[in-house]
Amino acid sequence: MLQLLHIPNPSQEWEAFLQVLDHLILHFIMGIMETLTPHMQHLSLVFQSPPPPNNTGPSYPPSSLHSQPASPHTASTSCTTQLANQLNSMQINSYGPSAIQSSHTSSGHPASFQGPQPLPLTQHQMALPPGPQIPPPANNFSGLCAQSSLPNMARQDGIPGSGLPNPNLQQLPGQTPGPGYHPQQGNYGPQMAGSQLSYPGAFPGGPAQLSGPPQKRLDPDSIPSPIQVIENDKSSRGGQIYATNTRGQVPPLVTTDCLIQDQGHASPRYIRCTTYCFPSTSDMAKQARIPLAAVIQPFATVPQNETPLYVVNHGEAGPIRCNRCKAYMCPFMQFIEGGRRYQCGFCNCINDVPPFFFQHLDHIGRRVDHYERPELSLGSYEYVATLDYCRNNKPPNPPAYIFMIDVSYRNINSGLVKLICDELKTLLDKLPREEQEESSAIRVGFVTYNKVLHFFNVKSNLAQPQMMVVSDVGEVFVPLLDGFLVNFQESRSVVNNLLDQIPEMFADTNESETIFAPVIQAGMEALKAAECAGKLFIFHSSLPTAEAPGKLRNRDDKKLLNTDKEKTLFQPQVNSYESLARDCVANGCCVNLFLFPNQYVDIASLGLVTMHTGGTLYKYNNFQLNSDSPQFLTDLRRDIEKKTGFDAIMRVRTSTGFRATDFFGAIYMNNTTDVEMAAVDCDKAVTVEFKHDDKLNEDSGALIQCAVLYTSISGQRRLRIHNIGLNCSTQLADVYKTCETDALINFFAKSAFKAILSQPLKAVREILVSQTAHMLACYRKNCASPSAVSQLILPDAMKVLPVYVNCLLKSSVLTGRPEIPTDERAYHRQLVMSMGVADTQLFFYPQLLPIHNLDLKSDAVPAAVRCSEERLSEGGAFILANGLSMFLWLGVSTPPELIQGLFNVPSFAHISTEATLLPDLANTYSKKIKSIVEHIQNQKPYTMKLMIVKQREQPEMLFRQFLVEDKSIHGGASYVDFLCCVHKEICQLLN
Amino acid sequence: MATYLEFIQQNEERDGVRFSWNVWPSSRLEATRMVVPLACLLTPLRERPDLPPVQYEPVLCSRPTCKAVLNPLCQVDYRAKLWACNFCFQRNQFPPAYAGISEVNQPAELMPQFSTIEYIVQRGPQTPLIFLYVVDTCLEEEDLQALKESLQMSLSLLPADALVGLITFGRMIQVHELSCEGISKSYVFRGTKDLTAKQIQDMLGLSRPAVPIQQGRPLQAPEQPVISSRFLQPVHKIDMNLTDLLGELQRDPWPVTQGKRPLRSTGVALSIAVGLLEGTFPNTGARIMLFTGGPPTQGPGMVVGDELKTPIRSWHDIEKDNARFMKKATKHYETLANRTATNGHCIDIYACALDQTGLLEMKCCANLTGGHMVMGDSFNTSLFKQTFQRVFNKGLNGEFRMAFGANLEVKTSRELKIAGAIGPCVSLNVKGPCVSENELGIGGTSQWKICGLDPCTTLAIYFEVVNQHNAPIPQGGRGAVQFVTQYQHSSTQKRIRVTTIARNWADAQSQLQHIEAAFDQEAAAVLMARLGVYRAESEEGPDVLRWLDRQLIRLCQKFGQYNKDDPNSFRLSESFSLYPQFMFHLRRSPFLQPILYAYSFHGPPEPVLLDSSSILPDRILLMDTFFQIVIYLGETIAQWQKAGYQDMPEYENFKHLLQAPLDDAQEILQTRFPMPRYVHTEHGGSQARFLLSKVNPSQTHNNLYAWGQESGAPILTDDVSLQVFMDHLKKLAVSSAA
Repeated sequence: MLQLLHIPNPSQEWEAFLQVLDHLILHFIMGIMETLTPHMQHLSLVFQSPPPPNNTGPSYPPSSLHSQPASPHTASTSCTTQLANQLNSMQINSYGPSAIQSSHTSSGHPASFQGPQPLPLTQHQMALPPGPQIPPPANNFSGLCAQSSLPNMARQDGIPGSGLPNPNLQQLPGQTPGPGYHPQQGNYGPQMAGSQLSYPGAFPGGPAQLSGPPQKRLDPDSIPSPIQVIENDKSSRGGQIYATNTRGQVPPLVTTDCLIQDQGHASPRYIRCTTYCFPSTSDMAKQARIPLAAVIQPFATVPQNETPLYVVNHGEAGPIRCNRCKAYMCPFMQFIEGGRRYQCGFCNCINDVPPFFFQHLDHIGRRVDHYERPELSLGSYEYVATLDYCRNNKPPNPPAYIFMIDVSYRNINSGLVKLICDELKTLLDKLPREEQEESSAIRVGFVTYNKVLHFFNVKSNLAQPQMMVVSDVGEVFVPLLDGFLVNFQESRSVVNNLLDQIPEMFADTNESETIFAPVIQAGMEALKAAECAGKLFIFHSSLPTAEAPGKLRNRDDKKLLNTDKEKTLFQPQVNSYESLARDCVANGCCVNLFLFPNQYVDIASLGLVTMHTGGTLYKYNNFQLNSDSPQFLTDLRRDIEKKTGFDAIMRVRTSTGFRATDFFGAIYMNNTTDVEMAAVDCDKAVTVEFKHDDKLNEDSGALIQCAVLYTSISGQRRLRIHNIGLNCSTQLADVYKTCETDALINFFAKSAFKAILSQPLKAVREILVSQTAHMLACYRKNCASPSAVSQLILPDAMKVLPVYVNCLLKSSVLTGRPEIPTDERAYHRQLVMSMGVADTQLFFYPQLLPIHNLDLKSDAVPAAVRCSEERLSEGGAFILANGLSMFLWLGVSTPPELIQGLFNVPSFAHISTEATLLPDLANTYSKKIKSIVEHIQNQKPYTMKLMIVKQREQPEMLFRQFLVEDKSIHGGASYVDFLCCVHKEICQLLN
Repeated sequence: MATYLEFIQQNEERDGVRFSWNVWPSSRLEATRMVVPLACLLTPLRERPDLPPVQYEPVLCSRPTCKAVLNPLCQVDYRAKLWACNFCFQRNQFPPAYAGISEVNQPAELMPQFSTIEYIVQRGPQTPLIFLYVVDTCLEEEDLQALKESLQMSLSLLPADALVGLITFGRMIQVHELSCEGISKSYVFRGTKDLTAKQIQDMLGLSRPAVPIQQGRPLQAPEQPVISSRFLQPVHKIDMNLTDLLGELQRDPWPVTQGKRPLRSTGVALSIAVGLLEGTFPNTGARIMLFTGGPPTQGPGMVVGDELKTPIRSWHDIEKDNARFMKKATKHYETLANRTATNGHCIDIYACALDQTGLLEMKCCANLTGGHMVMGDSFNTSLFKQTFQRVFNKGLNGEFRMAFGANLEVKTSRELKIAGAIGPCVSLNVKGPCVSENELGIGGTSQWKICGLDPCTTLAIYFEVVNQHNAPIPQGGRGAVQFVTQYQHSSTQKRIRVTTIARNWADAQSQLQHIEAAFDQEAAAVLMARLGVYRAESEEGPDVLRWLDRQLIRLCQKFGQYNKDDPNSFRLSESFSLYPQFMFHLRRSPFLQPILYAYSFHGPPEPVLLDSSSILPDRILLMDTFFQIVIYLGETIAQWQKAGYQDMPEYENFKHLLQAPLDDAQEILQTRFPMPRYVHTEHGGSQARFLLSKVNPSQTHNNLYAWGQESGAPILTDDVSLQVFMDHLKKLAVSSAA
């Protein structure tokens, strides 16, 4: 019967499917009734719940966690006991032990269920029976996932929490009871740390513990909470020092602030992995289907208090590299024969140590100068590259920034052109420079365009700028060499003169057609002619319809949604953009695109070059000077000041037995190994997937070296090296234990977003769900102790995976709904492709901060709450942010003093939702909240425009899309529903 | 009657016409036996300060195929107010305005002294003259600076209302927008891509405004041309701007690596200039003035690649058809020239460089459009500077010596047909009854377009006598030719100049001596030279020479007096006496015979033979080849000068001797256009070659018997001397075998 779930659910089969569902749910409920789970009392929540108040500290010391295969048994035990008690009481309160026999309720009334079922002592599991019968949250520990209840039958719209992967759940008739299940977490003995959700229904042997009246609602608190996970990690590891001295240790979550000390492995700011322990064999890997991937952000910003990278100079011979595999000298090289030779940690080749590099070894076989040389003792450092590493064996020129402004009617009329020109006058003083330099070496150039291109000669000795019009857009070229790219300091007066004149020059324009590909081409040719790498800053607003290469038509077609042709919407409309991207990369030309669309502009085409050249895409829909300038200008400033590596090429080397097979990011691949990036900035991350070649050795582990050859902002050719060592294990449990859900989601998002170019959306979604189920089922089968098939058992490190995967499935990219503009989807797709782990985490699971009950004395940012409507309250005010958008949601009964403090207006009704900034007011409320907003914004690649949303007003719809645990208006499943769905899949797999 | 020489001179002065034959053989057969064709040199706008233009429309013959202009040769019936056309014999009514005419009250065009008359007519709007500078920036700094100064200076010479435009080129082409405040603006084109006129206009943003006008009032559109575009502005408005713009002009900024020529996109630059004017000002007087400092090295029209290791095509390459780019380049420039001619614009080429500049390929641009072609070593020479300045010279009545868009129509009386024309013109392909099927030069038409012309512009027009031998012309019959030149005067007025001439017919068998006496050997030499050059365009060099030789021999056979097979008996009458010598020098050089003057203490300056025997140590020679003025100090004179005798008071006469040729040279230099190259050299000087290459090599290393101090200077050449040439000619002329 369960196999019926395999039936695909195309919309026309809804009716039939619903019947099946009904049936299923009934069975789940029955299962729940039958199986109470007394063993829930033994649950250990060590790994995901906050330590009990009486605990003296974190349940495990961070340092020991990863050095030991299992968490301390004692700690778990004590914890277990306590939580079990709590749960026990809760269960008793809610259901009673006789729930087994109680019949499930009629439709619309979720049957409440049960509790934990006993398991062997070694396996503390949280059993979550499916079905709507869920115990009331008698004991609602915040975020205590041990709560074993959740079906959502009783939601207002009466939609059952069926575990459908289908987004259209709200169309389900309300009377269908959804399956409920119990989240349960457990510590599976010394080897296992994990939480499990189980459907106990098929475990007849378990004593029935729960009974009681059917529940109207499932308590969402009972399912694993991302917030809880984040907060737990914060409280256990936040503010501490994390030293990267051990191979395969799991770093703190991206959401946790801590001080990272490089002691031989790259900081997690640079590299995060989906798992820090690779399965030894490819069979194991296939079995688990856990993606083996690293998310590498080679230029990640490090906080002031962490050491910047050392620069190593090996002199004229260039960096020392293994003769065979060309890996760079790093801590994984083993010195032997008294220091005369070294063995490469990657390919095991034995190399001679060059005489200048020779050093004696100490008694433990370590070089005496180990700690003096970053390349021997640190995970990340840089080498000075020699001419061999330069284009044409010539030292590179400093990079250049070219500003290319669309001066068609729209941009002139909206005041945008003037805004940009005015801003550039001050901004050009802030071009990035090396720490030790007085001024920036970056040269700047200016181009304006509409149907034709205008280049400007701003050579310092000119009395006035010269404009050179290139109207041959069919075969664009750079009309000048000398005087186009200038040092701003030297040409300041001419440049300022030009920037003053540009808005006036085109003030009377009535040109509304634009070109686009020739603009990029022109910028690229200019850099090529100047023999330097650089960035183009293109400010563009419309679909390029003028007769020129790369001309686009409006091909947006909602009819393609959910068809096999939907993928074409994400592909470029014409091929020329692809070849343009290739040329740009070949010439080190990075394209940053600022879009100001009023309608469809075909971002899939326009953004392609940006995407492949490591550029950043910014989009400001319906740009209004008043409301959107701050956001745009902040983005622009930030982007210009960004530390960037130019003309970069990245190579990921691995130790024997596995290799990098797939790369995702704002990159270009000419072959299978070289990751080319015209530029790479601090926010760009490349996700690299690894596959086994061979068996991995548990002793030597899995070593990864990422080398990025690039040109610095001052025109120095350098190599940035990041090394990280991972463990290997023949035990799947070790693999599961060291997984990092945030990195997994990053990988899933990127691989899914890449896959939609070639596969139907539906297939991609199905793969995501099935892989999630597979990973969990494999764990269930191989790592968890035997339990009923119907038990949902989640490994601890993955316990929020389902909610995140659901968020991913609900993202606009993977949702083919006509209400979502195609451009918006293409835009999100593109952004995500280059995101790092922290950005994807926030993007898929937004931060929702209550600000109505702030401790005004503390500097701390309030703890987030789960992204669900239930967390909102009429009397509350909340800030929600996902890295792209920020909302200030105000409940209808927001306290007047808060309103007064924030907006300086007397009441809720007086608040204007037009504003995109909070007014600067001299009161603590305002200051505090502004500082929170600033904190949220801090270090995010995109500036978030603040939207003020009042409860029960129309714009609230927009806001609600971000409440990702709820059913979305676009049809995405609620968290609970999705969990059910995944569980069903798992059950099928287990059967 | 005055001598023929006087007659010829008179005619030339009055009508600007010189015929090879001033008495015409009366039948076709006889005419062909004359060897030198019946032809004339016409200077349509010959300066006639004594000729006030009349301000009315000419009266035309009413026969649609004729339309000859009323002229003094017409018979007029004053009472009936009728006139008979002297070409087609149509009787025409005088127009009403002529109601008052009578024998004593004749309109000017009927008076015999007005065989040439000029009308000012009102036709269409008057558009100011247009000057479009096309400037090469791949020049040495010094050259560019000089050129910039010349151009700046020229602004003050232009008519105040003239429109002026600027295109600069090097690797790219910049069309400068004038009258921009605060920023200088130009449209840039790549030099490797040829563009159609439409593309150019689109890219310059010129095509759009025209559309609504044409749609709205299609008929009025041509009458209301856009008076100025952004690229062509009245000089009085923008001369400050343009002076600054020219001042800021920099050398082509693109780096030229070692071993390369600068990339010079002359072909596309010209194409853009042509396209710009084509779109904005068709059929208005406009000059495209190309200033270039080297060969085109890229794009359409390239003459040589940019690799210095590949030398520019040499004469031998061209001979062997081994000049890689030549055909393509020539074709490119020919297409351009034809388009330009169609639009009524003209192209000047000012090429200044020490090496070749590709004029061979580009020559048609000037040739077909009536533009100037000036070649010099550098823009920083007085040769260029003064020549350029002279382009803007004003005539006797204060008017610019330039005219545009002329349409020359030739009408003949029925015994005569038009075979063709050779000169800076293109055919308008107007067939008519007076057009011969046998073409000489640009034939098959009775009308030609001369886009740019000045008072010296001269066309050679060839005729064919079609009267058959058996249809004798009555005694005293005269043949008539009418030249009607409509043109845009430099004052932008539309004018029509009409010249009507008539010559007597003579029977060549009975009156050969009359025909012979009326031979104009100078005109004939020029007409034959033009034919020779015209043939050389399409034929191999040696073939042309052979043709010239054969013509000369045939002429000598026809008009010489001799006994068969006795070369010593050969004599030519006076009217032919110089002709063989002209031909000798024509064969030796591309030009006609230079003039050589000698200055010495032995007497006043005198013309001497263009012969090596004229080169004597105690003489100063002044040679004028038209393009060159060479002053050559004989060996002794040079030594004296070195010794500084001229500075000693007692040798003041030597000082004067030295000065005399200089003064004479200056006089020539000041009037000649283009300004000749001025060479001052001495015996043994390297530049003495300019003289030595021109003189008749009567003494060479081959005829050693003539070696001697007193008998002139030997020339190291294998060319034959005039003596040898003449001996040979005589032998062939008298040979019965020929």
